[in-house]
Amino acid sequence: MNDTIRTRKKVDVSTIILILSILVLVVFVAIPVILIFITAFFENGKFNIAGVVKILSDPDTYSALLNSVIIALGTTLLSTILGTFFAWLVARTDLPFKNAMKALFLVPFMLPAFIGALAWKVLLSPRSGYLNKFLMQLFGLEKAPFDILTLGGIIAIESMYLFPFVFLQVEGALERMDPTLEESARISGASLFTITRKITLPLVMPSILAGALLVALYSLSHFGVPSILGIEKGIYNIPTKIYERIYASGGSFGAIRVATILSTILVISAAIILKLQDVLLKKGQYQVIAGKSMRPVVLKLRGLKYPLLIISIIYIFITVIMPTVTIFLVGGLKTYGLPFKLQYMTFDNYIKIFQWKITKDAIKNSLYLSLSAALVTMLAGTMISYAIVKMKFKGKFILQFLGVLPFSLPGTVIAIGVILTWSGRFGINLYNTAAIIFVAYIARYMAFSIKSSSASLSQVSDSLEEAARACGASHWQSLKDIVLPLIRPGMISGFFLIFLPALRELTTSVLLYGPTTRTIGVAIYTLNEDGETVKAAALASIALIIILLGETLIRSFVAKLEQRSTHIKEIENAPA
Amino acid sequence: MPQLELREITKSFGDVVAVSRLSLQIEKGECFSFLGPSGCGKTTTLRMIAGFEDLDEGEILVENNLYSSSYKKFYIPPEKRDFAMVFQAFAVWPHLTVKENVAFPLRIKKYPREELEKRVNMALVSTNMTRLKDSYPGRLSGGEQQRIALARAIAINPKVMLLDEPLSNLDAKLREEMRFEIKELQKKFGFTILYVTHDQAEAMALSDRMLVMNLGVVQQVGKPLDIYNKPANRFVFSFIGLSIFIPVSIANSNAIIESTNLKAVKNVPSEFEEKAIMACRPSDIDFLPDSASSETEDYFKVPATVTRRTFLGDIVDLRVKVGPHEIRIQKYSHAPTPKAGELCYIRFNKVLWYPYES
Repeated sequence: MNDTIRTRKKVDVSTIILILSILVLVVFVAIPVILIFITAFFENGKFNIAGVVKILSDPDTYSALLNSVIIALGTTLLSTILGTFFAWLVARTDLPFKNAMKALFLVPFMLPAFIGALAWKVLLSPRSGYLNKFLMQLFGLEKAPFDILTLGGIIAIESMYLFPFVFLQVEGALERMDPTLEESARISGASLFTITRKITLPLVMPSILAGALLVALYSLSHFGVPSILGIEKGIYNIPTKIYERIYASGGSFGAIRVATILSTILVISAAIILKLQDVLLKKGQYQVIAGKSMRPVVLKLRGLKYPLLIISIIYIFITVIMPTVTIFLVGGLKTYGLPFKLQYMTFDNYIKIFQWKITKDAIKNSLYLSLSAALVTMLAGTMISYAIVKMKFKGKFILQFLGVLPFSLPGTVIAIGVILTWSGRFGINLYNTAAIIFVAYIARYMAFSIKSSSASLSQVSDSLEEAARACGASHWQSLKDIVLPLIRPGMISGFFLIFLPALRELTTSVLLYGPTTRTIGVAIYTLNEDGETVKAAALASIALIIILLGETLIRSFVAKLEQRSTHIKEIENAPA
Repeated sequence: MPQLELREITKSFGDVVAVSRLSLQIEKGECFSFLGPSGCGKTTTLRMIAGFEDLDEGEILVENNLYSSSYKKFYIPPEKRDFAMVFQAFAVWPHLTVKENVAFPLRIKKYPREELEKRVNMALVSTNMTRLKDSYPGRLSGGEQQRIALARAIAINPKVMLLDEPLSNLDAKLREEMRFEIKELQKKFGFTILYVTHDQAEAMALSDRMLVMNLGVVQQVGKPLDIYNKPANRFVFSFIGLSIFIPVSIANSNAIIESTNLKAVKNVPSEFEEKAIMACRPSDIDFLPDSASSETEDYFKVPATVTRRTFLGDIVDLRVKVGPHEIRIQKYSHAPTPKAGELCYIRFNKVLWYPYES
């Protein structure tokens, strides 16, 4: 409304925000992606699709592509079944200790999948796996009963740690669903089985599929589990193949080119998956959220009640407790391979973690990299979201497009893009420094930041800012005094949403680390690769402790915030 | 034989008693309302009748058959009760078309194809939804969604139709229209209706009989007119319409307005000895001309000061002060009424008496 006044000023806040937002997204996200596409499709300055086809049809890369698809499909299928089943069990049956079980089903989310894979390798590798040896002894078997170093093993372990994606989506949908939709079917004469089949499942189907697509997206570009369980037996997926090529060749152009072509495939698949998810969620936006909340229809499990509870507990035990305990135990062994007996255990390893240069550096690097990346990304993401959610300007779609871009960039792709951008091409060479990991983290977590700050910004009604402007506040003052204080809690939790995953990041860092810039994830991974399983496990244990502490802190913080915001809502809804 | 019989039903949630020893008989073809403020237990009662809630105590019988019994731990599940229910949030299935929504209960009950088509069409015609039969409910308005829910309920010709505040999500104008439509449908098909609402006008307009509830306890059961004219207690009086309560002291069976020496009404019933509460509707207070005599055989002429006068369209809403008491009066705007600040005289008509409480 006061555009005319605004344009007379030399620099105004919205122009600065807009320019900075575009700049951040172009430098950290767009340029790396463009460079990947150019490197993939142009050879010696000429467009060369034949070269792309040649590389893709090479049996080596082709099998990696195939494995990626098999792993992604398998993991998606298994995670969807597990996630939907447990979500239904928690939300729609009279399973005992429901709330505790719900919390427990989300614990695998906190555990880094590659640490889980490490534990499972220790337990179930065909030759020396502790659990395999135990089972062989117990039943007098000749051969190890399980071989985790297979495609099946990779799928099983990935599913263990990815099923919460589906669980969360479906459980939420089931809880938000208007129970009268089911009750009205029931009073119409439908049995609970019919209701589940004809009403409940069709209504939550969009959420099931959305969760499944998230799993597929994540699994397709997942490095940790396939690298730990697959590489030893020559089973590669796209990210591990990229890693192998780059390391085998010491970063030669040929390897980079293969990497860019494989990355292009990852980006395109990710974009397709995200588009599908968008379509599904839009289609599935039924008005199923009721005004009046009643207790939902709960299926009485009767005789199955305790068997199902026991199955759930066993599942949690196998997926959470057993691997965690294993990691802590291995971390305490004097030498890897010794049985878990008190005389072979020592506490020294845990102390030495803080003395060895590699592990000490790793903890330090990870801490300051994730702290600084979280801070910068959170601030930049808030600014970009503000431009996208609140500002009106011509050509907004460009910023919107740039803002969606980070979502479809898997960690491996970001690493390749960052290598292409920051290895001297534009006069800045950050290769082998911590700074290159820092810029990669910004690109990697921009999506998280934009998502969480858009959510909190869209809850701030436009009228609040307009009211401030109407009182005579400048744009900057209304931002500073109204918008920022209102979204501050969202910003703080956004910071932790970046900090915690960055702390355990592996996929991107493993392609970027230099001799002194290992992160915790990289250190665990390389120590394990070098046969230092005990040190790797000890560092992993420390990492788990840090992560669990952090998660608990953030959870209680978020819970407090939610309490406050529901309190505010109650005030708003109170009759005048 | 009553269509539906509730025997001393009781239900608590934790420490809160939602329904306490409620007994009731409802005849076939009757339209019966449960009226009360939110949280009074009316919806819980309906859900117990539907079979969604077990009883802590009591029994529910339909046509003399036991449907729920806390003593025998016997409950017919909701899907076997042959009822239909219409919910406040409509509860139409968003993934089915209008027609599929209406046909769903008939499919479940395995109606033959022809009969099913006939009934679905009849239900769609009765609710005026034939035109939209192939649309999905998500694109329809609240009124249309509620018509789907109604069509779904009448299609199966239920023994009892349960409606849980079915109109409270609609706007005022549509609410009045739908109220009338429900009444028409009931007249046409003659099913028994149990209707839960917090809107007294809705209950009055629809019901043959109604029940007023508060805090889980039945306050009064009766025909709408009887309840309006003779509310059993202060709660019912105040819930059923606009109300004024004035504490009075009694001398020689004259009511004297508390904290004043103004006599208001004669012939206070003899069961009230010293003090009582005089209840009256704002529309039942009249203004008297200055020339009116100071008393007649029923009432006294009471002086008052107009403190506020608000024009509300067809009526005028006034506040007058009598001693320390502010009294609300409503009159049609075509009748002459004093202006704000003026002195005037009033009389209390059609008063009712309740036990004194300060």
